[in-house]
Amino acid sequence: MDAVWSNFDLVLKAFWLTILLFVVSGLLSLLLGTLLAAMRVGPVPVLSRAGAAYVLLVRNTPLLVMFILVTVALPDIDWGIPDLHLGPLEVSNYFAQGLVALSVYTSSFVCEAVRSGINAVPLGQAEAARSVGMDFGQVMRSVVLPQAFRASIPPLASVQIALVKNTSVAAVFGIAEATFRMRYFTNNDVSARNQIFLMFAIGYVIIVEMVSFGSNRLERRVRTAR
Amino acid sequence: MSNRSATVLYDAPGPKALRRYRAYSLVSALLLLGLVALFLLQMSRTHQLEYAKWEYFVTPKYLRIILVDGILNTVKAAVIAILVALALGVVLGVGKLADRSWVRWPAWLFVEFFRAVPLLLLIIYIAYSISYGGGVAYIWSLVLGLALYNGAVLAEIVRAGIESLPTGQAEAAYAIGMTKGQVTRIVLLPQAVKVMLPAMISQFVVCLKDTSLGYAILAPGITIVFKQIAQEGRNQVQSALVMAAIYIFLNVLVVAVAHWAQRRYVGEGDTGAAAAADEAV
Repeated sequence: MDAVWSNFDLVLKAFWLTILLFVVSGLLSLLLGTLLAAMRVGPVPVLSRAGAAYVLLVRNTPLLVMFILVTVALPDIDWGIPDLHLGPLEVSNYFAQGLVALSVYTSSFVCEAVRSGINAVPLGQAEAARSVGMDFGQVMRSVVLPQAFRASIPPLASVQIALVKNTSVAAVFGIAEATFRMRYFTNNDVSARNQIFLMFAIGYVIIVEMVSFGSNRLERRVRTAR
Repeated sequence: MSNRSATVLYDAPGPKALRRYRAYSLVSALLLLGLVALFLLQMSRTHQLEYAKWEYFVTPKYLRIILVDGILNTVKAAVIAILVALALGVVLGVGKLADRSWVRWPAWLFVEFFRAVPLLLLIIYIAYSISYGGGVAYIWSLVLGLALYNGAVLAEIVRAGIESLPTGQAEAAYAIGMTKGQVTRIVLLPQAVKVMLPAMISQFVVCLKDTSLGYAILAPGITIVFKQIAQEGRNQVQSALVMAAIYIFLNVLVVAVAHWAQRRYVGEGDTGAAAAADEAV
């Protein structure tokens, strides 16, 4: 266990990477997932079928297989993801690959969460809004979308919590995040295996509880009397 | 359902709008076809469409390995894990609703802990503890990890299922003199199963997908078999694509069979199913 305490900066760095993976791919998946949801509920049949096909294929592919596709298969057809230089930001290709795999995978679940939120708005709401003379933009802006947003917070929160835990799969593909580090430490220090596992597990529990607490606060904040 | 959601968002289209939608459809169809064509072009340019690289997946010897060493092991692990998880889930779910705090608290702690810890972290820890250096076979580390994690998730599903029942059910049972154990066993659980079924089905799909994590601890299954094939045949692209196709096929099959069984033996009542199923990731 001494080996862990004397290298505690490695533990912190590992959890920092976990959080970074979670936040960036969380935002990317929200963006892509919302776009997919818009395609699915939109009036253009081809786009809505394409969205449905994406969700069917991606959500039934295990995340680990998604990682293999992105890190092993894509480079073989010359579509590998390179190191990125975004201004002062240097993103290693390992990290970028992890972001792509996690975002593509999670966006299919985001799509379904947003769609279920839109479906939760009763038809009568839009009809009532129209009958008092609102135009399309007004109906969307002040009646349908606020309700849809509220209804999709709980499922979106559970999707994001799953993402926190899913970032661990990146450990298998060369990113030194928390699960990778736990493996490294238990490899070197067999006698303290249980303490090391508990320490890393509690780290994840804290992150999950923080996300869950945040979403509960958000949900309470936007709740209205019905 | 799609009609209903459609009309919340926009009016029924008139002739002009219909023409516009058709134009959008055409443009997006062309774009999508272009993407597929680009992918195939890239595949052929990097010589990935050559028959030799796909031959493994039509050769009887390799098909047998994929089926027996791969799919069978994976399905076996998933089924054993979900059965153990189901038992664990019922015990813990009922335990969380117990009157006695020395039952309630440990159940709560167990569920909260194993739900929040990443499955991969758990599996690696278990493998180090009981498999490496000549312990039990790697696949049992995978099964144990899956059972603990899914047991904790199913416990929450069971608890929510029981709490969703009308309180009158339990009250009526108490009124005719049943004990708490009898009420739970005879009155609440059988009814709760009906509510819980969709969530349980999607949890089984999650469990089946998570067997792929056996890759990290070298537990036999689909992912390990395809890793070996990819090394032998230098066909990583093809292996990854076929592997994904197999998982998608298995999952779609599980959902289809489960929904058929649900309609056949439990009756319709599919309305809450979609929302509940969306929770699982």
